[in-house]
Amino acid sequence: MTTLDVERRPAPATSTQARRRPRRRAGLAGHLFVSGYVVLLLAFGVFPTLYSVYLAFTNDKGQFTGLGQFSRVVGDFRFGPAFADIAVYLVLWLFLIIVGTVVVAIILRGRIRPGLSAVLRFLYYLPGALAGVASVLVWLFMLSPGVSPATGLLHLFGMDTFDQVLAPGHLSVILVLIAFWTGAGGWIVVMYGALNNIPDEVLEAARVDGARPWQTAWHIQVPMIRKWIVYLAILAFAGGTQLFVEPQLLQTASLQRVSPTWSPNQLAYVFAFQYGDFNGAAALAVLLLVLGLICAGLLVTRSGLFKVDEE
Amino acid sequence: MTTATPARTAGAAARATSSRLVSTAVVAVIVLALLIFFVLPAVWLLLAPTKTDFQLDHGFPLSFGSFGQLGAAWQHLTNFQNGVIWRWLRNSAVYSVGALIITLVTSVPAGYALALTKFRGRKLLLTITLVVMIMPNAALVLPIFLELNLFHLIGTAWSIVLPFSFYPFGVYLVYIYFATSLPRDMLQAARIDGCNAWQVFTRIALPLAKPVIALVAFFSFVGNWNNFFLPYLVLPSSQQFPIQVGLDQLLSSTPSFNPVAGKGLDITSPELALAIIIAILPVLVLFLFSQRALVSGMLAGSTKE
Repeated sequence: MTTLDVERRPAPATSTQARRRPRRRAGLAGHLFVSGYVVLLLAFGVFPTLYSVYLAFTNDKGQFTGLGQFSRVVGDFRFGPAFADIAVYLVLWLFLIIVGTVVVAIILRGRIRPGLSAVLRFLYYLPGALAGVASVLVWLFMLSPGVSPATGLLHLFGMDTFDQVLAPGHLSVILVLIAFWTGAGGWIVVMYGALNNIPDEVLEAARVDGARPWQTAWHIQVPMIRKWIVYLAILAFAGGTQLFVEPQLLQTASLQRVSPTWSPNQLAYVFAFQYGDFNGAAALAVLLLVLGLICAGLLVTRSGLFKVDEE
Repeated sequence: MTTATPARTAGAAARATSSRLVSTAVVAVIVLALLIFFVLPAVWLLLAPTKTDFQLDHGFPLSFGSFGQLGAAWQHLTNFQNGVIWRWLRNSAVYSVGALIITLVTSVPAGYALALTKFRGRKLLLTITLVVMIMPNAALVLPIFLELNLFHLIGTAWSIVLPFSFYPFGVYLVYIYFATSLPRDMLQAARIDGCNAWQVFTRIALPLAKPVIALVAFFSFVGNWNNFFLPYLVLPSSQQFPIQVGLDQLLSSTPSFNPVAGKGLDITSPELALAIIIAILPVLVLFLFSQRALVSGMLAGSTKE
């Protein structure tokens, strides 16, 4: 039950041959098959995007305001800090998730017996089931001196009360910890799978040539799973820019001591719900959307991980 | 990796042995530290509802309290607002399963058509699907809220179910599955035998697609169940909350974190911990029983080099 062996994808070679089909009844059937999905795509992908863009370029009377909403939002005193917060978070997060998952995957692949390695991967992965609200609540307890099993560790860092733990400057680190707790296991599994795809002969050849394990790791394994590292980096970056749930809950738990506009998405939320300023909120949402689109576009077109033109 | 390296000289061998000892120790420390980091909070969570608030604060963190205390926590939790937690769980189930059904009905044919039929706009649709799939979910939540607000759909069950049903990742999984593992000759043969496009899909493709349907169902359900952002924005009344938003309300009602608002309520840390366990139980069970599928799904985002 604890096998986490990565299934190898069938090589795409089989799919490139013999793909000629009769031309007749080509178009209509295809369109019918995708129609339901296309309706949802238009309703909850394309339309909201266009509507947000419309709101972002107009005011509450529907008059065109050019870049007015954007300059107003960017000029807001909370805009800079929110993006600065997220920038600090992203640097920490990207460093930890990339280095952490790759190093651990290499160790699990090369230094641990396969059976034990499978058990470990499973255990590392399990917190993934607590993604979202549950993970934040669990970590609220983990960070409460007295309740936490790591109380000694918290004291060691000079934090004796919950207030001290949730000091504004600590938020990035806390959020990175939570994100790593729920997300790292899955990525360790992915990296492990990628490492598994490196032929044993390559590693064997390196060993015969006198390469030490860490040399093999740095010069052979890491370059050969580069694609996956890029994939992880872009997804982690894109996801990080959109943080909402975690800081929002920490804010609730901290009794408003933590800024309610810690992340850009929270700021957009405040615009929409506190001020009823949908145009400002839309402008922020569009900025974040563009950021996400750029990341996704880069990944789809440049990484070589996805094939679009099969025909 | 741990097989003996060819010894050259005695000195080198000794050095190699000691450096191997050091590296083994480093490996052991890293692996153990991570094990504690990942597992300890979960173990703590499982034990917490068996203790009183006082025990949580002052006792050994990994001790077991008593079953009586667990029962008391259960009582307090289910008494909260006349058992609203059942209502939340039911809402979560309705939203998640409802969206899951619509997702399957729309994404399986779509993925199939993208992989195995030709139509105008196919490449464009596939590219958009990929981009939306990779883009973080949260980026579209506020725009969707603004849209729902425009159409006065705020506060209805549909305002959750329909946006949840839009699931490009599911379409992509189905697409990859059909593109790589369905023998085209079989479809060809069916056509020659006189099947029309619909019959080819229902009689040949669908029966073969069970694994990928299960995979899409799993990811869609887990994603829907754990989703917080959209219901948080869209649902005004506690009676409509899914469990995730309910947890947020419990959090604000806990004196452990909110001494003022939580005063006089029975929702303390043990009750909150119990609520977390109940909230994640469906997903946890799925996790335990479908690891293999999960892993292959995480890797399905790509084709192998």
